[in-house]
Amino acid sequence: MPLSVHIKNASLEFDGRLLFDNLDFELSGGQWTCLLGASGVGKTTLIKLIADLVDNAQARAEITTSDGEPLKERVAWMAQQDLLLPWLDVLDNVMLGARLRGNVDDSCRDRAMALIEKVGLADSERALPDSLSGGMRQRAALARTLMEDRPVTLMDEPFAQVDAITRHSLQELSAELLAGKTTLLVTHDPLEALRVGHVLYVLNGRPARVSEAIRPPGNPVRTPQAVSATNLHSDLLATLAGEQLTG
Amino acid sequence: MKIVRVIITMTVLIGIWQAIVWIAKTPPYILPGPGRVVSALIDNTELIASHALYTFAEILLGLAIGTCLGVTSALVMTRFAPARRWLLPVLVVSQALPVFALAPLLVLWLGYGMGSKVAMAVLIIFFPVTAACYDGLRHTNSGWIDLARTMGASRSAVIRNIRLPAALPALASGLRIAAAVAPIGAVVGEWVGSSKGLGYLMLHANARMQIDLMFAALLTLAVFAIALYFSIDRLMKHLLKWHPETLSRL
Repeated sequence: MPLSVHIKNASLEFDGRLLFDNLDFELSGGQWTCLLGASGVGKTTLIKLIADLVDNAQARAEITTSDGEPLKERVAWMAQQDLLLPWLDVLDNVMLGARLRGNVDDSCRDRAMALIEKVGLADSERALPDSLSGGMRQRAALARTLMEDRPVTLMDEPFAQVDAITRHSLQELSAELLAGKTTLLVTHDPLEALRVGHVLYVLNGRPARVSEAIRPPGNPVRTPQAVSATNLHSDLLATLAGEQLTG
Repeated sequence: MKIVRVIITMTVLIGIWQAIVWIAKTPPYILPGPGRVVSALIDNTELIASHALYTFAEILLGLAIGTCLGVTSALVMTRFAPARRWLLPVLVVSQALPVFALAPLLVLWLGYGMGSKVAMAVLIIFFPVTAACYDGLRHTNSGWIDLARTMGASRSAVIRNIRLPAALPALASGLRIAAAVAPIGAVVGEWVGSSKGLGYLMLHANARMQIDLMFAALLTLAVFAIALYFSIDRLMKHLLKWHPETLSRL
């Protein structure tokens, strides 16, 4: 049974300014939830809050899970930067979690190799990150995320820094490999959200509020035609633009 | 290509040295020519080697202890905020003190043996190593630390696997400086008070007007210091293959 996560009363004050307050939304078990918001609205802080990465007394959230256990150490994290360690090759980067926990063994290596192959980096396992293209680096980061095999995956605009074609294929690959996992994707791109999301939320306003859940018709990954057929793109853009204008 | 450049530079310098001796007609007890120095080196190989080994041991020990202490201090300052608040001012003040002025005291406290010279070398390299390593540790990409936290890494695992390798380029700059200044610390210690080492041999030879022997000892020290610098530079290049911009431009 995939884990669902409920985020309640999330709020953050920064420099005496309330960035968001009393946010309430749910990550449905086994589905992709997309949180859309313009730059500066506090998306990254919110996703870090869920991942328990914010050491700030002014940030708080009540996070509950469907099995009643804490979420901490049950999330895999994929950030905007690939965060590959430049001194480790692709294989060692993919096994980073195991290295840090001190449990690298042959089965771990075999799993990492299989994931590297799955993300299309079969001949690059010994390459250092500097020798890889932006798309290949994100593929390696995706393999590292999958290697953690956590019930919840948190993705903070992971495809924002690659070109449109690479982004398209990475969205497809991620959706395929993370199918069945509870995933939260934070993005500023409505097209991306409509393409991969089962459920969409829009974060806007000052302080930011989260919209009602939007459930686009059809199943992800949606083709560009299916995305157009949802007729939601312009509405989402208008909501986001409204946020920027009033902000 | 680098070796060729070094050979050409050395040849030109030796040529200039010989030219000065010829043109100024300096007496050998003021400035001996390169030929005389080489003869002194050959005639006194055993003597110079025994003193050189002693000095090299002081330098290497000083370098090893100073580096360990520097890296440890940097780690402690990174890990514990109160330690940072107490140690940083001490570090800055220690840098303002002329370390050479402490040499007589060190000889007084630690004696004429190797201890006082190793302590001099340690004192002189402690600050550059600590400062460089601390700077590197402080500027570790916070995204890597966040990622490690989500992976359930312990603090020591983060230090071993992320913070220390990330600080290596900065530490390499500190180590290069350390390699260049450690011989100075050891030799100054020997000048102040010792009965062995190249610094002692140079003083002794100077007092007996054996300037060619003094130059031979100096030459030995210079060759070792250069070899030490390049060895550390090479080691850093090997360890930092992933970080080409930090490689020495020499």
